[in-house]
Amino acid sequence: MKILVCISNVPDTTTKVKLTDDNKQIDNAGVQWIINPWDELALTRAIELKEDSSNTIDEVCVVNVGLNQSDATLRKALAIGADKAIRIDAEPLDAYFVAGQIAAYVKENPFDIVLSGIESSDYNGSSVGGMLSEFMDCPAISSMTKLDVENENIIIHRAIPGGKQILELKPPFIGIVQKGITNEPRIPAMRGIMMARKKPLEVVAAVELDSLSHIVEFELPKAKASCQMIAADQLEELVHLLKSEAKVL
Amino acid sequence: MSVIAFAKNWEGKFKKSTYELVSYAKDLASRLNTQTLILSIGEVDESELNKLAQYGADKIISVDDSRLNILSSRIYAEVISQVVNKEGASYVILSDNNSGKAISPRLSVKLKAGLAAAVLDVPKSLDPFIIKKRVFSGKAFAYVQIDSEKKILTLSKNSFGIVENPAVLNIERFTPELADDIFKIKVNSVEKADDKMILADADIVVSAGRGMKAAENWQPVEDLSSVLGAATACSRPVSDDGWRGHEEHVGQTGKVIAPNLYFAIGISGAIQHVAGINRSKCIVAINTDPEAPIFSIADYGVVGDAMTVLPKLTEIIRSGE
Ligand SMILES: Cc1cc2nc3c(=O)[nH]c(=O)nc-3n(C[C@H](O)[C@H](O)[C@H](O)COP(=O)(O)OP(=O)(O)OC[C@H]3O[C@@H](n4cnc5c(N)ncnc54)[C@H](O)[C@@H]3O)c2cc1C
Ligand SMILES: Nc1ncnc2c1ncn2[C@@H]1O[C@H](COP(=O)(O)O)[C@@H](O)[C@H]1O
Repeated sequence: MKILVCISNVPDTTTKVKLTDDNKQIDNAGVQWIINPWDELALTRAIELKEDSSNTIDEVCVVNVGLNQSDATLRKALAIGADKAIRIDAEPLDAYFVAGQIAAYVKENPFDIVLSGIESSDYNGSSVGGMLSEFMDCPAISSMTKLDVENENIIIHRAIPGGKQILELKPPFIGIVQKGITNEPRIPAMRGIMMARKKPLEVVAAVELDSLSHIVEFELPKAKASCQMIAADQLEELVHLLKSEAKVL
Repeated sequence: MSVIAFAKNWEGKFKKSTYELVSYAKDLASRLNTQTLILSIGEVDESELNKLAQYGADKIISVDDSRLNILSSRIYAEVISQVVNKEGASYVILSDNNSGKAISPRLSVKLKAGLAAAVLDVPKSLDPFIIKKRVFSGKAFAYVQIDSEKKILTLSKNSFGIVENPAVLNIERFTPELADDIFKIKVNSVEKADDKMILADADIVVSAGRGMKAAENWQPVEDLSSVLGAATACSRPVSDDGWRGHEEHVGQTGKVIAPNLYFAIGISGAIQHVAGINRSKCIVAINTDPEAPIFSIADYGVVGDAMTVLPKLTEIIRSGE
């Protein structure tokens, strides 16, 4: 079986967001780009499954819709252990556009399991995985916290409010990955980095597709008023303020 | 032209977030001079549906089919799209919770309707339709313009509020056409945690971090949480080390929550942690280190050892009840 992991190329999570002077764009000067944290977990799990010889996963590919600034991130995914990277060469206009592009690729190049993250840490859409499943007309498992493959059966845990569901299904399907799917994201080792140079990074042309939305402007949050400090021996005062000033108790 | 909101039920009951959703839908419909339609899927009593009318539902469309008591994003998106097409609605609104997040992207593709996820406010402009949402996990906001004719929004919790607006109860039953083979994922079992407060629903959240030092030290956190009727949460290293379950992890890579009151106890306030809690209405930080970054985003701060502060605080609240 083949697994495809969707990779969103995002600013490092410690990045301080800056805007251009007209507030129309994010100022990306000096930004470090990383694999979106959930995608990194999804990729790690996919590689773990491939390494475990008791199942039938034999190939793990990664895909990104983006311009060539994503290449370094895709190389990192190869260094972590993906066999092949695909970059669909287009500006990721909105989630609909991204999902439509990936769906078009998967129609031509079928995969048994497609994994996406629960959201990208930049535009917080939580949409691409679900949209992909609709484009591909197959089931999507949201909030997936465990993924095991037993022969042709897939066993999945999914977080639901106040508990979890245990599901069984057959491919193809889309798994939308939540934390828990694996313990730690894998980091590239020296050997992996060397090997990654020889692995294929295929650039494919985008298909004709309209986006449905676009961002017109950004805004930064207002600075928070300063914190009111209460002495550790005056906790009655804290409770009083929470009741009468903040009105949250 | 009308506005349709999808009112999800939990075992036949609605939650406060549903009332907020209906209030928001009513507000949007008034701005657009159109009707507010509310769609309920699965078995729900009339008395429960009546509650939705209190927030301004002109018509409640009920798809009362027991096969639909279990949520499937695929089937629900199909049912909602049939209703949208039948009513000729232009706006679909869902709550930004697990089910809204799962259904809305499918619906977007089905209806070719642009989706703005986790919106925070009423639209900035109606034509073109521009609306505010959080991006970069709350480090910035974006104004998104939806260009398609039909539009889908998911509403962030606690971003609009609940507004009463009583309307006459008007229920219409609808029977969707569903192919049998759509019901095909096999659910082997469902495990429910005990009846603890669900983090996403909680008005008060008591959250603790590595400053608690060890899993055995959580009793004071549990005690404060229980006296407040709150949910418990934790920082990422705490769940990574297995001191607490993953379902409690909040932050950039965990749950994003927006309670009225958030206690950050022994949590340093790393940017990735703050990303999950910065929409809390009020933040109280308790930390031994007066320089901890958490104080720069907190409303109230106490410098002190959690192991002594928490029992005292719990006692004061308990005796004040
Ligand atoms: C990609 C990425 C994603 C991440 N996502 C998340 C996320 O989603 N959520 C998250 O939480 N973190 C996340 N992190 C980790 C984050 O960077 C921090 O490491 C983490 O939040 C720190 O947890 P903490 O505050 O519990 O621990 P620490 O940073 O160790 O802080 C402990 C605090 O406790 C205080 N303390 C010590 N003793 C006491 C005492 N007796 N009483 C009171 N206070 C005391 C200390 O002064 C300190 O401020 C992420 C990191 C990365 C790289
Ligand atoms: N440009 C992209 N290319 C490939 N995958 C993406 C892209 N953007 C988002 N994704 C995938 O979709 C998930 C959810 O992203 P989003 O809908 O943008 O929040 C991410 O975790 C990725 O797995």
